[in-house]
Amino acid sequence: MSTLFVQVLNTAVYTAVLFLIAGGLSLVYGVMRVVNLAHGNLYMLGAFVMAWAVGGAAAGVVPPLLLLLIPVAGAVVALVGALIEPTLLRPLYNRAEEYQLLLTFGLLLILEDAIKFVFGPTPLSASTLWSAFGPISVLGSIYPAYNLVVIAVGFGSAGLLWAFVYRTKFGVMLRATSQNRKMAVSLGINVRAVYVLAFSIGCLMAGVAGAVIVPVQGAVLGMGIDALVLAFVVVVIGGLGSLEGALAGAAIVAVVRTLAITFFPELELAVLYLIAAAVLVTRPAGIFSRSST
Amino acid sequence: MSGTAATVARASKPVPSGAYLVPVAVLLLAFPLVAPAYQTILLAYGLAFAIAAVALNLLLGYTGLLSFGHAAFFGTGAYAAGFMVKYFGVVSMEAFLAAGALSGIVVAALFGFVCVRYTRIFFSILALALSQVLWSLAFKLFWVTGGTDGLRVPTPVLLGGVFGSPDDKVTFLSHQYYYYTLGVFAICIGLLWLIVHSPFGKALQAIRDNEVRAEFVGIRVRRYRWIAFVLSGMFATIAGTLWGPLNGLATPEALYWPFSGEIVFMAVLGGFRTFSGPIVGAIVFNYLKAYAVGRTEYWQLLLGVVLVILVMAMPEGIIGTLGRFGRRLRREG
Repeated sequence: MSTLFVQVLNTAVYTAVLFLIAGGLSLVYGVMRVVNLAHGNLYMLGAFVMAWAVGGAAAGVVPPLLLLLIPVAGAVVALVGALIEPTLLRPLYNRAEEYQLLLTFGLLLILEDAIKFVFGPTPLSASTLWSAFGPISVLGSIYPAYNLVVIAVGFGSAGLLWAFVYRTKFGVMLRATSQNRKMAVSLGINVRAVYVLAFSIGCLMAGVAGAVIVPVQGAVLGMGIDALVLAFVVVVIGGLGSLEGALAGAAIVAVVRTLAITFFPELELAVLYLIAAAVLVTRPAGIFSRSST
Repeated sequence: MSGTAATVARASKPVPSGAYLVPVAVLLLAFPLVAPAYQTILLAYGLAFAIAAVALNLLLGYTGLLSFGHAAFFGTGAYAAGFMVKYFGVVSMEAFLAAGALSGIVVAALFGFVCVRYTRIFFSILALALSQVLWSLAFKLFWVTGGTDGLRVPTPVLLGGVFGSPDDKVTFLSHQYYYYTLGVFAICIGLLWLIVHSPFGKALQAIRDNEVRAEFVGIRVRRYRWIAFVLSGMFATIAGTLWGPLNGLATPEALYWPFSGEIVFMAVLGGFRTFSGPIVGAIVFNYLKAYAVGRTEYWQLLLGVVLVILVMAMPEGIIGTLGRFGRRLRREG
């Protein structure tokens, strides 16, 4: 029984992180119709910034305060995003999709090496933060307390994002731009600003995902490339451009992964990709889409 | 689709004359006699990549489908050679190529059946997802595929051994194997040229330019796309099989999606609106990568910057840009 509970918690941790990554990817696609292949590397950037900051601050600061570094790392990534969108993506909105994919692929290569240049080729660890939280007893089983922080941050961000998109004036502008760009322009919405902000929020989520998970698993070069494909699986299952879909997709992927690791570890990844392919074939707009186009 | 009119205009451009072919063929044939072994082997890599890039371009440039999963076929080709050695004890290059082409057709027929239901971004992601299935299987089923260690692809016997048995691996790769690669390259590119300029190829271009109209003239759009996908996959697989002995190993890296990105990079670097563009792109990319990897630890940064500049400033690629300059010169002169 207790193993089952621990597995449920692990699934929740995984759902939280996947949602943060895939939600950002989906938001960017939903608003500006760009599939950002460099998104996984922005997640990696968040992880490296967090690990570096924790390494520098761990000696003198009490662990709960170190958690404040998570939004800081996220903000750094958001800032990078705010620089990328106007300089590199903006000139390409009127060009064919192939060029957007290629440009973000080039960005992926650049970010991979830029991170290597800044933080060095060796993996960074922020496990001091993870161990500082120690174990906690949940319903009779021992569980790392930090993992509960990951769950809280993930689902907290999901709530904040939902409130932002559906309950603020800016959220209305965001959704209007996403639905009909020309109409939004003619209504006086500053679409450029909306794009910069939407892209930055997408990057912020990726950065927070990296920052929150790095105390658990460390920051390694190449983690972004792996994460991106998983994020693809999530958004494909949930529907590109839909935040609710990203959350549901993240949950499905996390459950399937937990089951696969328990019962047939060799096929873990293959099963995920096959599910994504199956969803694309049957419902290309995602399981939770209202229309089937 | 604002570029459709321009695409139609470009597609009706006359086929470039064969005048370039003779000097290029002489250069390629004489290369091992004048260049050091290292350069020749590098060019052999480039020729193998060139087949993959032109194969990809059958979809990208001529059918209008961007595959981000062609590493699946390239890697399948390399693994086909590895499997032939490991499980059948065969070291004949012709057997490798036959096994490669056959497995390429099977994999591409399966993947294509699923992928061609969609176009644009969904096609790209679907191709990527399916290619990752193969990657994860090669990666995880280590007792079959050797996992990250990969499978060894030893020096093969060419044409039943008429060139004699290879004594030194470097000499073999830079001479016998180079000419063998060049021969396969010439056959594949020739076949692809025939496909592109056949009525079937014209039909693909019609589908690319206007799917609805193509359907109205009676082209079975999905069937044609599927056939194009299978052909493209098969040639990419042959490229991978050729690459196997050069690399000496079939590893999951050859199936991994960033490598798919590199194949697309090659096609765009040369210019995917032209037939010869991807060939030039692949050879240039291969040199660029070899030198970047040799000179700096940050070769990905260099390649990334080149790609970004290319997309921003030179979207027609090397051949496309040269062609435009050529046309301008002719107009003015």
